[in-house]
Amino acid sequence: MTSRKSEIMVGIFVLITIAALLLLSLKVVNQGIQSNGANYTLKAKFDNIGGLKARSAVKVGGVTIGRVDSITLDNDDFTPIVILSINQEYSSFPETTSVSILTSGLLGEQYIGLQPGFSFGDIGNLADGDFIEDTKSALVLEDLIGQFLFSRDDE
Amino acid sequence: MINWIANIGARSIDRIATTGRSGLMLFGAIFALPKFKSIPLTIHQIYIVGVQSLLIIIVSGLFIGMVMALQGYTILVDYGAEGSLGPMVSLSLLRELGPVVTALLFAGRAGSALTAEIGLMKATEQLSSLEMMAVDPLRRVVAPRFWAGMISMPMLALIFSAVGILGGHLVGVDWLGVDSGSYWSIMQATVDWNEDVVNGIIKSLVFAFFVTWIAIFKGYDAIPTSEGISKATTETVVLSSLAVLGLDFVLTAIMFGI
Repeated sequence: MTSRKSEIMVGIFVLITIAALLLLSLKVVNQGIQSNGANYTLKAKFDNIGGLKARSAVKVGGVTIGRVDSITLDNDDFTPIVILSINQEYSSFPETTSVSILTSGLLGEQYIGLQPGFSFGDIGNLADGDFIEDTKSALVLEDLIGQFLFSRDDE
Repeated sequence: MINWIANIGARSIDRIATTGRSGLMLFGAIFALPKFKSIPLTIHQIYIVGVQSLLIIIVSGLFIGMVMALQGYTILVDYGAEGSLGPMVSLSLLRELGPVVTALLFAGRAGSALTAEIGLMKATEQLSSLEMMAVDPLRRVVAPRFWAGMISMPMLALIFSAVGILGGHLVGVDWLGVDSGSYWSIMQATVDWNEDVVNGIIKSLVFAFFVTWIAIFKGYDAIPTSEGISKATTETVVLSSLAVLGLDFVLTAIMFGI
């Protein structure tokens, strides 16, 4: 009978482990946007990306629609190129869309905000691999302070 | 002088021979798996090694999660960042404390018992009698214990992390008043399945391999006297704790280093 009892207890052990795994996978881990496969990429050139990192969020009006896939430096004009991986579900942004690097909160992490532009008659949608033309760089606090002091000197 | 040099030589040869013996034993134990007869034996060992460690794992996981929430809260609240309590608790549990503390507790709770059991089997000549009956003790005694350890420890580490995160929720949200939504949602935004959970499981598999190996070998190689067994048991706990802490640094450097 001891082996029967140990089998039951091992069964309970396995069930507890599965419960722990379920808790981790459902409540703790992000239900990753990149995990469902159907993504397309957009590219954007910035002057300065500040503290943006790979895997930072891409948001439209606060809704996360994708993640930063990778960040590279253009060897010709030495500006960073950010490659965005965006869920296929959101695939109809007009070509006039602008993109900027924003900060969540005063000291929070940086993310990419997309502002969808107007779509006129002959303006198409952004397709896989397109560059977004209209970009605004990250605000760097030191630059801001420098500009502020400089403008005070003028007065 | 010559004696001193000879002593060094003798010790080195002894160490290398021990390592070789432990490797041979491990090889014999691992490749003894494919036998359906040994599955009930392994399940019984999972009961002894895993299920009976469950209580200490759950209790220490709960309290470590609670303490981390309490300590983290007092620091984070100064910066108004108490919402980051969730990722702090869950990342440190999943990446470090879950695998490491589980392995240390496992070495103390189950590893020492394995060493003492196998060592006593050797001292009372049960292992030799098995050999007399043409039963391979590696296959009958060592292999089920090894596989039970390899299976149990990652499961225990997962339970430890999950219980710790719940303990952090208990203190952080229910007691200190962190918003429950931000506890879970910032955690979900930060924790990654592959990078955090899977790496934690890989860590605890590596720890399981070394802790169980050390425990079994120390028992199998013990001097068959009561003194020898007590020495072997102590060595198991000391050596496997050191191995876990050292390996943890190496694994962390590989997984999360730049």
